[in-house]
Amino acid sequence: MNLFSIAWKSVKQRKVASLLTAFSVALGVMLMVVVLVIAGAVDGAFNQRSIAYDLIIGAKGSDLQLVLSSVYRVQPPIANLPYMYLDQLRNDRRVETAIPLAFGDFTKPEHGGFPIVGTTNEYFLNEYTPGKMFEVADQAGTRQLSELYDAVVGSQVAHKNSWKVGDQFTIVHGSADSEDTHDEMFTIVSVLRQTGTPNDRSVFLNLEAVYILDGHQKPIDEVETRLNDFYGNDKERLNAALMQMEELKQKRAKGQEIGDQAMGYGLDTPEAMKEITAVYVKTREVFDAISLQSELKNGSKAMAVNPIRPIKRLMTNFVGHIQSALVVLTGMIIVVSGISIFVSIYNSMSDRRREIGIMRALGARRTSVFSIILAESTVLCMGGGVTGWLIGHGLSVAFAPYVSARTGLLLDGWALNPWEFVLFPVLLVLGALVGFLPAMTAYRTNVADALTS
Amino acid sequence: MSLLLENVRKSYKEPSGNRLPVLGIARYELAQGEQAALVGSSGGGKTTLLNVISGILAPDSGKVVVDGKDIAPLPEVVRDRFRAAKIGFVFQTFNLLPAFTALENVLLGMSFSGRGVDRAFAISLLERVGLEKRLDHTPQRMSVGEQQRVSVARSLANKPALLLADEPTANVDPANQDLILNLIRDTCKENNVTLLMVTHAMEVANRFDRLDKLANFNDPQAAYQGVAS
Repeated sequence: MNLFSIAWKSVKQRKVASLLTAFSVALGVMLMVVVLVIAGAVDGAFNQRSIAYDLIIGAKGSDLQLVLSSVYRVQPPIANLPYMYLDQLRNDRRVETAIPLAFGDFTKPEHGGFPIVGTTNEYFLNEYTPGKMFEVADQAGTRQLSELYDAVVGSQVAHKNSWKVGDQFTIVHGSADSEDTHDEMFTIVSVLRQTGTPNDRSVFLNLEAVYILDGHQKPIDEVETRLNDFYGNDKERLNAALMQMEELKQKRAKGQEIGDQAMGYGLDTPEAMKEITAVYVKTREVFDAISLQSELKNGSKAMAVNPIRPIKRLMTNFVGHIQSALVVLTGMIIVVSGISIFVSIYNSMSDRRREIGIMRALGARRTSVFSIILAESTVLCMGGGVTGWLIGHGLSVAFAPYVSARTGLLLDGWALNPWEFVLFPVLLVLGALVGFLPAMTAYRTNVADALTS
Repeated sequence: MSLLLENVRKSYKEPSGNRLPVLGIARYELAQGEQAALVGSSGGGKTTLLNVISGILAPDSGKVVVDGKDIAPLPEVVRDRFRAAKIGFVFQTFNLLPAFTALENVLLGMSFSGRGVDRAFAISLLERVGLEKRLDHTPQRMSVGEQQRVSVARSLANKPALLLADEPTANVDPANQDLILNLIRDTCKENNVTLLMVTHAMEVANRFDRLDKLANFNDPQAAYQGVAS
């Protein structure tokens, strides 16, 4: 019969008090584990799993806004870039892939107000995150925007609306709560499998379809002003663009306005008229990304942003602090639970004085009774900790599908956060600390007095 | 010689700061295997004497030789270990640990001796006191007499050289008094264990061949004459 089993007996003897104190520790640890699991999922979603591209190119402005709008689709875009700039990027020897994106519209409020992304099929043929390709959830899906009004929807969009391949829907212009509905009806050709990224709550349309929607064409004067502003000193490109605009003016003068053709409606819109909101770029070499980024810093109206950096900055400066605050808060709950163990054991000491006297009379040394009390507080702390850890991870696993369906966040319930490796040594120390004073009381017990008490 | 007390003095410090002499024993001895009853009035120093013999308390001066070893000058930690190994205790109030079964209470006595636990021997002791069917019973599920029998078994768990019994029959009914008393005396005899039983009940004390009155050899006032308080 070792000291640990003697301590365990004592824990069992005071069943209710032991259960309550261990449960309070379990509660604190459970909360901490859940916070760490969610923090890990958020960190994964924002840092590692967000995007497989080297650069995002958009109009000059806030780099964070560009990433939030083009990758996470939670902010309005800064401004647009001329479509012709896409060709310029594609012809750049440093660029391996350049995928255009146009956004600003949404599904109707009753359909969840999900962001609409106009793009090309290249978007689905490239990895959405390092090492992962898009997959279709419905075998009938094609993952291809073949027709003008085809649509590919993310898993969360489909789940929210119970949409499947073949279903049709309309979209609204400008903002998620807008009542300005576009007349065009889009047909779902693919439902994507869950990715744990903002793609899950996005609707992808053919880029060409986005241009021909009502209200998306801008007045020729405004386009010319924008082209002048964007190209500035690049006379060669500016002239080419303006020449296209001139041709368009002449067509209009002859009454051949865009939209007159029954088939291929608007497909002959000159490129100079078109705009895109952002471009996802994969460069050939790491250095190419740096070179392109620094080149655009000087004089260009576009900017190139590493998609990870602004988010990391955001995480470090803001989200990271909130997470740290939550971890500290749950840590404090654990400490308070530890104090409740101290109070419980300390209060029991006067009742147990005689027990300690008996053990000492039977030959137990002072250090033995000290160790028994210390083992008891450690057992309660560690027992509560292990229970809380299991419940925390169990709850994370159990609620992962629900959280995922509601937020798109992929929770890995059994993922271990590095903090968890610190948790148990800390609990061990906490158990020893809170047990120290009661253990000292046991150590100092006067055997003769205790036996006559 | 199993027990020898020589010039043992023990006093307690009073709240006033003065010392209250409690023990003053010039010489007292018990041979190996001998059984003696020690009678004394309440407050006469019986329990203090047992605590000094067992090493729970250190005397102010004098020799306390148990099984050939003077434990008086030993540090507390050594006295604890010595007590666990050489001295058995039977208390008036049994002093069983309520969370432990009968068997565990006996094993507990073994676990502090540093010699490890001998489960088979613990069970044989409980069988010897007639509790073979109560091994897994906790004290609250046993009668008073059964509890004291567990206490007797526990006191013999480490094969002690000396067994100290402090009013072991005071709290049991008359029917169990004889049983307990015979049990203690018989098991001590079988194992050649020296027995010192303190009691204030003459009907118990008279059953021993040797009956000592504490007042006859304990004279604290005389022992402390001339000793600075």
